[in-house]
Amino acid sequence: MALQSKVPPGALDQKWTQYRSTIKLVSPANKRKLEVIVIGTGLAGASAAASLAELGYKVKAFCFQDSPRRAHSIAAQGGINAAKNYRNDGDSIYRLFYDTIKGGDYRSREENVYRLAEVSVNIIDQCVAQGVPFAREYGGLLDNRSFGGVQVSRTFYARGQTGQQLLIGAYQALERQIGLGNIKMYSRHEMLDVVISDGNANGIIARDLITGEIQRHGAHAVVLATGGYGNVFFLSTNAMGCNVTAIWKAYKKGAFFGNPCFTQIHPTCLPVHGEYQSKLTLMSESLRNDGRVWVSKTKGDKRKASEIPEGERDYYLERKYPSFGNLVPRDIASRAAKEVCDEGRGAGPTGLAVYLDFEDAIKRLGQNVVSARYGNLFEMYEKITGDDPYKTPMMIYPAVHYTMGGLWVDYNLMTTVPGLYAIGECNFSDHGANRLGASALMQGLADGYFVLPYTIGEYLSGEILSGNVNTNSMEFIEAEENVRSRIKKLLNNKGGKTVDYFHRMLGKVMWDDCGMARSRESLLRAEGEVKKIEQEFWENVKVPGKENEFNQELEKAGRVADFIELGALMIQDALHREESCGGHFRLEYQTPEGEALRNDDQFMYVAAWEYAGNGNAQMHKEELNYETVHPTQRSYK
Amino acid sequence: MKLTLKVWRQKNSQDKGGFENYFLDNVDADASFLEMFDVLNDKLINEGKDPVAFDHDCREGICGTCSMYINGRAHGPRQATTTCQLHMRFFNDGDTIVVEPWRAKSFPVIKDLVVDRSAFDRIIAAGGYVSVNTGQAPEANSIPVEKDKSDIAFESAACIACGACVAACKNSSAMLFVAAKVSHLALLPQGDVEHSGRVLDMVVQMEREGFGGCTNTNACEAECPKEISVTNIARLNREYMKASLSYSKP
Repeated sequence: MALQSKVPPGALDQKWTQYRSTIKLVSPANKRKLEVIVIGTGLAGASAAASLAELGYKVKAFCFQDSPRRAHSIAAQGGINAAKNYRNDGDSIYRLFYDTIKGGDYRSREENVYRLAEVSVNIIDQCVAQGVPFAREYGGLLDNRSFGGVQVSRTFYARGQTGQQLLIGAYQALERQIGLGNIKMYSRHEMLDVVISDGNANGIIARDLITGEIQRHGAHAVVLATGGYGNVFFLSTNAMGCNVTAIWKAYKKGAFFGNPCFTQIHPTCLPVHGEYQSKLTLMSESLRNDGRVWVSKTKGDKRKASEIPEGERDYYLERKYPSFGNLVPRDIASRAAKEVCDEGRGAGPTGLAVYLDFEDAIKRLGQNVVSARYGNLFEMYEKITGDDPYKTPMMIYPAVHYTMGGLWVDYNLMTTVPGLYAIGECNFSDHGANRLGASALMQGLADGYFVLPYTIGEYLSGEILSGNVNTNSMEFIEAEENVRSRIKKLLNNKGGKTVDYFHRMLGKVMWDDCGMARSRESLLRAEGEVKKIEQEFWENVKVPGKENEFNQELEKAGRVADFIELGALMIQDALHREESCGGHFRLEYQTPEGEALRNDDQFMYVAAWEYAGNGNAQMHKEELNYETVHPTQRSYK
Repeated sequence: MKLTLKVWRQKNSQDKGGFENYFLDNVDADASFLEMFDVLNDKLINEGKDPVAFDHDCREGICGTCSMYINGRAHGPRQATTTCQLHMRFFNDGDTIVVEPWRAKSFPVIKDLVVDRSAFDRIIAAGGYVSVNTGQAPEANSIPVEKDKSDIAFESAACIACGACVAACKNSSAMLFVAAKVSHLALLPQGDVEHSGRVLDMVVQMEREGFGGCTNTNACEAECPKEISVTNIARLNREYMKASLSYSKP
């Protein structure tokens, strides 16, 4: 099967406008007859469900949380980009597009990214109209700040809780449609399979997490908005419930998986310090605007930060990247931190941390200004560590944060399965091999509010005559049987090890050997280890409880089983990509200065993996054509 | 640390429920309360027992999922702290800690420490929004907002809907939650045209859900992990009074 990106013709800056003016429409009378299922209610899912319902479609929305407002988008701190040029500092749609393409290390699709930059402007309008309390200036206009990887101030923010405020906006739009009867909401439900008949996605199998009831839901199209799969590493900044199950089931039913190995490591997280630790907490990247990153010049320096004099500190980002300094993109900042720690110059008892220091900012701006900008982050830090960052520098270390890989989608955000869409973090399309700060929220909302509601009409216009979906078809019965038998298998296994035991083991292998730096050798080792973990999981996992009750261990078991399979695919993808780019750093491919070394001649493509049965995958390539931006070596010096 | 945990166990909403005691002898002082529960559950599963069901997700203090009553207080003894951000260093070696679910008729227990808070969603669905369809928004800077007001609106909008206010209230009132939402939107020009209908609809739904009325004891404010102020309740009362005297729904 050849991949069709379905990018419309015309000049880059005219494509989306022309496309929207020419796609098929669905009349209001017909929209009422068409049903759409949306899985996930984060920024992408909630905004999509609300917008589709406003258009007149019948929508069913699902989330595993107790309320749609709790999706992990809520935890995003820093901000959302938009090319408004409110600062008059030379920003434009083109510049946002260019920064995103360059930041993604030339592994994203130009046309999708251009569209993203284009609609970014409308997103801010939409959110402000919903009452999202963005930061304001005294004149009453919106405030902006600059964010990692760019030189303009285009980031809109609501203190350190931008994700929360944006999500509440989208959630309120969703609740409004629920109240009006246009959306039926299924909270505490998990999608466990997608149903495909005659080649088209037309429903799902879901489990009611309270009663354990297995349900069939039919629809004319299914939209996956389920977020990222960073929890494959066990320790990550993701919420505990983030998982890959929905998109993994879709992958096994024929949706291709794009660039699975592209994992973003976020540079400013709280470091690992104990065995009990269940997750890593992210500190907003906005901290790098005023915080200075440093370590001691001396190896094995165990002195406290305050005892290390100025002359013995190495502000390594400012030294190595003078024009961007502490604001270099995430992959660069993360790798630089790992490097100084690998040299033995890391801070704190574990040596796996660097300092993020606000001393200069407090001197320059005063504690009040610093507190207004980052107060809640400082409090959060103090709560977790017991240290006061106003007095002593924070200790930070990179952690798994975001996955740029995901289901392959065309320009319409449709997967390789007709009628099955993937939006937000769970698709692969917009961030390439690395995501710039403040662009995840932008993509989630762009897809949900402004892209999918148009593009899905193109498909649904062909579904007008198909009538109600028959959920008693063979395909539904079979999918339900598969779900049931897998649940039985997990519960009847009666092994000796908990689900978490396997998850931790998987996470350690993935982080050590397929994490911030990989090599052919480490990946081959990981391949073997993951096989062993998979085998042992199915022989020895112990899942307590029953199927027809609220059973959190059963939920976790299904998700970890999918993570193990995904881990194998990530390793396979990382192994084949013999280059370094963005968040994918292969030790064998680096410049003499230790920077990522791309190989555009051989690898300027999206690796889209097709499930080939029995744990095998076959790769398809979508060649990337950079017609507008000419790829260069990224340099932030 | 050595700890004794007295945890409420309840198989499902029909079950009567009761306390069970558990002993942990190697708790790390740097672990969060939920991480301590992970350790407990690991132990219970290995002993062939049913692990304790509890709600949690982001573990960063923002999603509002973690709901536990710890030693008689919502989210435990620390002020302005969600359970996931409560660390074991705030307890003493040898402590006995009592853990219960939120107790409120409108939040029925699902299992152990997990309760059903969907009443909050229904209150929002009744009117807690600005009615603006996608694509219908004016240019963002065409609606200037006074910075001070915007900041206060933000303070109210910071509510995470965890339900601690309800749990802490002797009347199981949801006034602080509803007040926070009404304030957030009433303070901004965007939501202004619907402010009367909004407050009436939300209050009607709040009462329909069976939450009690406010008794001005301020326990909600004291226990709120996001320090949402009771002045919001004053604003809610004013908005409600104004609306009920001057406005009738078309």
